Amino acid sequence: MNAFRVFTIGGLMSYRALFNWQSPTYYIPTMLAHPLFQILFFAYLGRFSGVRDDTFFVVGNAVQVCAMAAVYGVAMTIGGERWTQTLAPLLATPASRLALFLGRAVPHIVGGFVVSAFGFTMGRLLLDFHPPASSILPLALVVLVSTASCTGFGLVIGAIGLRLRDVFTFSNPAYFLMLLLCGVNVPLSALPDWLAAIGRCLPLTHGIAAARAVARGVPLADVAGLLWTEAGIGACYFASAYVLLRVFEAEGRRRASLELV
Amino acid sequence: MSRLRSTLRLVRVAWFFNLKSLTTSGLFIFTSVIEPVIFATLAYYLFKAGNRPGTLLYASLSAGLMGIWTSTLFGSGGSISFQRWQGVLEPTIASPPPYILVLFPATLASATIGLYSLTATLLWGRLVFGIPLHFVHFGAFVLAVLLSILALGALGLLIGSSFVLYRNANALSNMLEFPVWIVTGAIVPLALLPGWVHPISWVLAPTWGFRAVRAAAFGGNPWPSLGWTVLLAAVYLLIGQWFIRIFEVRARERATLSLV
Repeated sequence: MNAFRVFTIGGLMSYRALFNWQSPTYYIPTMLAHPLFQILFFAYLGRFSGVRDDTFFVVGNAVQVCAMAAVYGVAMTIGGERWTQTLAPLLATPASRLALFLGRAVPHIVGGFVVSAFGFTMGRLLLDFHPPASSILPLALVVLVSTASCTGFGLVIGAIGLRLRDVFTFSNPAYFLMLLLCGVNVPLSALPDWLAAIGRCLPLTHGIAAARAVARGVPLADVAGLLWTEAGIGACYFASAYVLLRVFEAEGRRRASLELV
Repeated sequence: MSRLRSTLRLVRVAWFFNLKSLTTSGLFIFTSVIEPVIFATLAYYLFKAGNRPGTLLYASLSAGLMGIWTSTLFGSGGSISFQRWQGVLEPTIASPPPYILVLFPATLASATIGLYSLTATLLWGRLVFGIPLHFVHFGAFVLAVLLSILALGALGLLIGSSFVLYRNANALSNMLEFPVWIVTGAIVPLALLPGWVHPISWVLAPTWGFRAVRAAAFGGNPWPSLGWTVLLAAVYLLIGQWFIRIFEVRARERATLSLV
């Protein structure tokens, strides 16, 4: 019961503690405008390169922008504990670490889903992206699974933030590498085999492939394999994040580095 | 004469100080190098998949120019935010020199750090993808890059001046990265964009700076574009000075300078 309270109330309070994100003057430019311009930029770059049509770039980027919350948000939640000097007291509590960190990740799944949904909507309104109405609900499910999977990846980045002083050292390259490796803008077939293999181990890659198929009108059942793979990859990242968080927590205590900023 | 000399000395010292300060930031340098390299790689594979082999140097160069803008944007946005967090914004504004002589060198230093981006993407293209680095007018290319950095520093000043007044204004820097890449034709030719975008691009100095850099690199006449770059940079400095004066007075009235 206590773990459930830590999971729900702790997670919610941690999300609310990202004070800037509560302010429209911060939220709109960061979480809505940035993803919108990213989608527009790559759609026009796609037209210039002549590789694929707008749908390819809208779907890829609209799914990937969930990482604004799933990677940056989760990483900032953990990094923020360090900046505000609450990390050491937090880790001094006997609270279940699983409940503690999962609770901090879950609100960002919702946040990432909202950002992606906004991206799809703007892609529909501003670009040549016209998915069939019947694909909207399956698309929502694919985005939800992808966002959850990406949140596991974000927790891994956040865990590294326990080891390094600045989470952005990893979260910035991670976000932009996803644009290259996850099939967001470059088809995996156009990448060298070893880069494509890395991409297949990252979250979003299979989710984006599934989303593209669903947006073309392919039934959800036909992309179930891709979705399960995406969910499995996400589960692996959550498990890795848990292990890394425990390892880096122990190391942080040993090196007395949890309060360094 | 001595006033001009002391002004130039202040700008030079402040520029160098900020340059050294930014160079010690691992995150800033890492981002200035890694992000443009990722974009260069992305553009390279995208153009290759689209059978545009002639545009590979274009991809490296464009990614480097985009990196200069990213450095300028985050450096300009960060400059005032850092001063706020460190509690030195108030004393700096209260000091005798006009604040523009403190802020402009900071934004110019951020743009200068962008040279890391350009160097990184060009070297990356040469070493990893074997793209020959052949510039038609090398001297004009170097001059165009330097003047583009000056213009970007002036644009950074214009944007950064609003940060004096609004503590949340650095969120703007999260938003402005892609739009300026789009509107200035950093990688996508302006001809592909809707017509209403063109007038916006004409009043942005980086549009002309990037155009001059490309003309110098690939052949063409870079001088008219360079002229526009310098002219617009001068206009930005004038407007920036005016903005800072207004924002400074309002920030003093509202007592928001020390808010973090």
